[in-house]
This record gives sequence, C-alpha cells and structure tokens, in this order.
Amino acid sequence: MAALSGRGKSAELLLLTALGAVLFFGGWQVVAASGLVSKQVLPAPLAVLDAGWTMMHKPFAGNLLQAHILASLQRFAMGFGLAALIGVPLGLIMGRYRIVDDAVSPIFEGLRFVAPLAWVPFAALWFGTGIGGPVMVIFAGAFPPCVINAYRGAQLVEARLVEAAQTLGAHNVRIIAEVLLPGALPSIVAGLRVSAGLAWQSLIGAELIVVSAGIGYVMVQGQSNLSPAIVMAGMLAVGIVGLAIDVLLRLVERTVRNRWGQVA
Amino acid sequence: MKDIAFNDVTKEFPRGGGTFAALENVTLTVAEKEFVAIVGPSGCGKTTLMRMAAGLEFPTRGTVAVGGRTVTGPGPERAVVFQQFALFPWKTVRDNIAFGLKCKGASRRDQDDAVRKYLELMGMQGTEDSFPHQLSGGMQQRVAIARSYAIDPDVLLMDEPFGALDAQTRTVMQEELIRLSRVNPRTVLFITHSVDEAVYLADRVVVLARNPGRVREILDVAATRRDEDWDARAIEEVMDLPSFTGMRTHLWKLLREQIAGTE
Repeated sequence: MAALSGRGKSAELLLLTALGAVLFFGGWQVVAASGLVSKQVLPAPLAVLDAGWTMMHKPFAGNLLQAHILASLQRFAMGFGLAALIGVPLGLIMGRYRIVDDAVSPIFEGLRFVAPLAWVPFAALWFGTGIGGPVMVIFAGAFPPCVINAYRGAQLVEARLVEAAQTLGAHNVRIIAEVLLPGALPSIVAGLRVSAGLAWQSLIGAELIVVSAGIGYVMVQGQSNLSPAIVMAGMLAVGIVGLAIDVLLRLVERTVRNRWGQVA
Repeated sequence: MKDIAFNDVTKEFPRGGGTFAALENVTLTVAEKEFVAIVGPSGCGKTTLMRMAAGLEFPTRGTVAVGGRTVTGPGPERAVVFQQFALFPWKTVRDNIAFGLKCKGASRRDQDDAVRKYLELMGMQGTEDSFPHQLSGGMQQRVAIARSYAIDPDVLLMDEPFGALDAQTRTVMQEELIRLSRVNPRTVLFITHSVDEAVYLADRVVVLARNPGRVREILDVAATRRDEDWDARAIEEVMDLPSFTGMRTHLWKLLREQIAGTE
C-alpha cells in the first residue's frame, strides 16, 4: 500500500514537473512568437537552442561551445580540487586540535562572509587573469563548506574511537587519516556537494570578469554582440553542467551514506 | 617490572563552580601478571582509575606509574578494552586486530600471523573480512580483546568489557578470558560492577567506596583459586563452591552497606 502510494506520488511529481516545464517554455515561446517583445530582448526558446547548437559546430569567441565548457570545467576542477585538498584536512585538524580551532576559526568566520565574487578584483591583482585568478575565486567559493563539514564531521566522531586508536599507539597523522577521515566521511561528502555547487557558481562569476575562454566568457561576448540568444544559451549550458555535477555528487553522497550507514 | 602503581592518587573534577573528588588518596598496586578486579557502586571512580592508568586522564594529586614509569599519555604498552568495544566500524576484523601492529610498523606478514593466532584463540576463524556490524556483541568484544592482545601490551586495562553483553554470552566470555589469561598471562586491571565476575576472574578484588572514591577493602582470591584449582573447572561449578559463595556474599554485604550508607 505504501509502495503504491509512493509510486503514485512520484508519478504525480513527474506530471507536475512536466506541466511546469511545458507552461514555462510554452508561455515563453508564445510571448516571443507573438511579436509583443522584440527578439533583441527576448529570443524564443527554440532560438536559444539554435544558438547553442550553432556554437557547437561553429566557433564562437575563438572556440566551440564544447571547448568553452571544457575550459570552464578545468578551472572548476582545479579550484574545487584545491579547496577539497586543503579544506578537508584543515577541517579535520581543527576538529582534532582545540588550539588550531581557536586560532583559525575567528579568521575563517570573518572571511566566510566575503562573497566569492568579491574576491575577483583581489584575485586578478594577485594571480592575474590567466589561470590563477579564476581558480582563486572558485577556491574562495568552494573552501568554506569543505572546512566546515570536515570540522563538524570530525567533532561527531566518537571520542571512544579516537581514544582506542591512541591506546593502540596511533599518532596524530594516523588518527586523522584512519579514524577522523573515515568517521567524518558522510559529512565531508555532503560538504563537497555544497562546495561543488558554490564552486561552479563562483567560476561563472569569475569568468564574466576575467579570462578569454569559458562559458562565462561566451556570455559576456554574447552580450557585446547584442545577442541575447547566445547569452541565454550560455546560461542553459551553465545550468545543465551544474546540474550534471550535482547529480554526480549526489550519487557519490548516496553511495557513501548507504555503505557508511550500514557500517556506523 | 610491569606493574601498575597508584600512589596516593586524588582526582578532582570541576562541578557546579567547585570541585568534586572522584577519587581520594588511592594507593594501590597491581603486581606483574596479576589480575586485579575493581568493584564498587556507580560513581566510585572505578572507570576514572582505569582511565588514569591508560593515560586518558591525569591525577590532580599523586602519581600513576606503569612499569615504574609515570604515565604521561596513552600508549600501546597499556592496551584498553572498552565497554562499548570501540571497534573501528569501517575496518574489517582483520584490520581492526592488526591496527596496533600497523602503528608499530610491523610487517604485513607479522600482522597476518597475529590476526590468525588471536582469531584462532577466540574461535573466530573465517571472520577476517567481516565488518564489526556483521558480528554479534560477543563476537565484537572478542575482536576488541584480540586487538588489545595483538599489540603484546605489558598491561591490559578492561573497563566493564562484558557489561554490554547478554548473560549467557557474558559467561562464555568470562571462561574464555580465564583461558586466554592462562595461555598469555598479563598484568590486568579489570573494572566491573559484577561481583561474581570479579571473584571468578581476579587474583584480588578491590572494593571501592564512593563520595569520595577510595579503597574500602581488598579481597585475596588467588590462594583459594589455586588451592581449589578453579581454572580447570567449569564456571557454574566454581560459582557453586562454598569458598566462592562465601566471598561473593562478603563483597555483596560491603557494597550494600555503601549503597545504604549514602542514601
């Protein structure tokens, strides 16, 4: 009975989602086709798709759309990877050592409220507009959730397990790597997902200002060309890639939760 | 010498703005290879005593020394068996047992040898690749005991290791611990709230009183155990002996006095 009503619910959800999409895109198409609004202001959804499709085999702003996406993804991977590589260990160490926690937390709490985009001018000054600047902006966006979730996860690891490791002769690095890291893993993975979302958002923001390839750059160029279709095609690409990243990490998160849920 | 020496130990904890003495002027020595059980009402500081020997807590006054060296922190020469097992849930049985050896830098072969040896002693062959959650409580505690023995510690500190087990499993584990401690004698400090368990397992039983925690009496069991050859008998048989019931009743009276005295 429960399974039936569950299935009923998901079918209902699917229907409503489809209905929402049809109304949104249909309404958009109708308004655009009616000629009430200029094409220079609101291109039809099909025109947007067409612009995207065209960019996929005719270079725009120096590259094919795929190459722009790839350039963005590379920056994303670097900034996000760096944030995870530094943020997760830092969070675990903060969770383990009161001294580090007390020293780092106030600075961190302060800087956390500087929006990733607010780092752009600074990043450009320090690291230039090549690879360094954008990566730093992504890093600024991706770093806090990595640290916070690793930190909270480490604090939730049972004290007894840390004590057991200590009495078995484990030293600090091993305690962090073999007790805190696996113990905090579900929390860390949840943090990575949030972090990836913020990283992707910050990246597009950074690309609007610096760099000469990437989806953000496509959108800026579309704006200079007075082509809203290209700008919107860029937004569409941002949305699709962002969604893909999130779906992927959601999968990882669920896998970890399932395995660890059984274990812990 | 691999003894444990509590020398005039006082341990105070902050409580409600003042301090509360969990233990006061406790002097107690566990000789090398001796098995000492500590019983006492809850709040008498028995776990605190064990944790100080482990190096997880430190005395406010007095000293705790193991093998003549003052305890300054946890270390593998003082293995601890916790009441809630404290196995690493993400590690297999094998990796749990081998953890201490790995910390010491032992070779993979030495680790495997130790794992095999202790699983065999515990009658748990074939469980190497299981995870703790796949095992019963009794099995999990066997793994925890094997993990402690595997690092070849000078002393074993056990904090109500069978407290979380059902009565039947508990009896089996008590017999196994006797067997294990005969094959592999260690200096053992064993915390329990079960009088039967204490008399059955220990050479000496220390009774603590509470408010503040202090030594009330020390009962010698070793001579009787040896004379009547308890270790060779079944647990239910031992627990029926007049000597055993006499000691048990004596300890019960002591504990009851205290519980009545403070309420």
